[in-house]
Amino acid sequence: MGGFFKSSVGRKVAMALSAFFLMFFLLQHFAINILSVLNPDLFNEVSHFMGTNPLIQFALQPVLIFGVVFHFIMGFVLEIKNKKARNVAYVKNNGAANSTWMSRNMIYSGVAILAFIVLHFIDFWFPEINTKFIKGDWSGTIEGVEGFRYYEELTHKFVSPIRVGAYVLAFVFLALHLLHGFTSAFQSMGATAGRKKTLQNIGKAYSILIPLGFIFIALYHHFNH
Amino acid sequence: MNLTLKIWRQKDSSAKGQMVDYKVTDISEHMSFLEMMDVLNEQLVGSGDDPVAFDHDCREGICGMCSMYINGEAHGPDRGVTTCQLHMRMFKDGDTITIEPFRAAAFPVIKDLVVDRTSFERIQQAGGYISVNTSGNTQDANAIPISKHDADEAMDAATCIGCGACVATCKNSSAMLFVGAKVSQYALLPQGQVEAADRVQNMVAQMDLEGFGNCTNTGACEIECPKGISLDNIARLNRELMKAAVK
Repeated sequence: MGGFFKSSVGRKVAMALSAFFLMFFLLQHFAINILSVLNPDLFNEVSHFMGTNPLIQFALQPVLIFGVVFHFIMGFVLEIKNKKARNVAYVKNNGAANSTWMSRNMIYSGVAILAFIVLHFIDFWFPEINTKFIKGDWSGTIEGVEGFRYYEELTHKFVSPIRVGAYVLAFVFLALHLLHGFTSAFQSMGATAGRKKTLQNIGKAYSILIPLGFIFIALYHHFNH
Repeated sequence: MNLTLKIWRQKDSSAKGQMVDYKVTDISEHMSFLEMMDVLNEQLVGSGDDPVAFDHDCREGICGMCSMYINGEAHGPDRGVTTCQLHMRMFKDGDTITIEPFRAAAFPVIKDLVVDRTSFERIQQAGGYISVNTSGNTQDANAIPISKHDADEAMDAATCIGCGACVATCKNSSAMLFVGAKVSQYALLPQGQVEAADRVQNMVAQMDLEGFGNCTNTGACEIECPKGISLDNIARLNRELMKAAVK
């Protein structure tokens, strides 16, 4: 099995497996974030559960971080190997004649998403780790303020138009990445279903609606606070 | 029609190549692309210059020898054809046509537009065959029942002529459409089952050893393949390797 994941086919299977995990995570992340628009109290409750549940914090969170890091590192490794496979570039290459822009530029949309994740970690993840694991405060509250802190922290971040702009741009790149990545992951797993109309349409809907939903959440909080 | 040709000229495998401009005149739109190249070469020979080296053999789209990257596409702008089947009517009078060799580290240039595709041969030798007892006891293939669906898919895969357009057109120089087709044509048939696991593992290992890139499912290979080999064959290659890994 170790030999399998060292092969070119095995590496793309590994990329697809991490992609499926990340796409599932994205869906779950969106389902929680949209609560901040629909029901702030419920958003606080769910955020506190996610932020303090030992199974999520100590089992799923490390798996998620591994999934993200693995997907990026393997993406870069494959890109370097692929560049080496064509040591002399064409003088004239008409890529648009036979493939989509998204499929040819996954590395660039991926790098844009990586830059966003760095910003996102600085905004939310590092402060959470600091509060819980360094200061040891697992209460989910701020002294002197009633209720949980999560909704307030979220809306506070979306005051800055520059940050909102960066988020919107990142989600456009995420949509572009998913428009190829969703069906590509199925193909890599050996499923021809990814080439059938039904799954292609589900892929398009997922790739456009989820990023659009995240954009809506960012804009909603920006204009309502 | 009168054309300007920008052609990659390279004296030998170690020389540094460059694009050189040529003019050809009175080209008939009914000519094949290779016939147009013949006209150019006659012109070059007549003027004492070195003719442009290019691969060709059957000139009827079956041998897989002709290659060329024409105006940014393997085998040129037409679909489902090799370069020898590409007609000059696909171009217009006054056009400038860029002609380059297939580019891949695993397809080194030998001279001008001729590339070394023996890496494909080595992949075939690694497992692209079945072992059959030929001592007179060979079972008649027609006596083995095979579903129509499987027979058709195996035949479709077997139409791959190994020209290398998939590698040339893939942004990663991946050979997975070629290897997928060669694995599929046996994976679908009973005769191929005995060596199935070894075949796919050995062929993928050889493909990786040759320095081909990794497939990222752009689908460009399927579009540019002169024989219309389906991307489904790459999915089957992935399944076959997974099956072999857990066996």
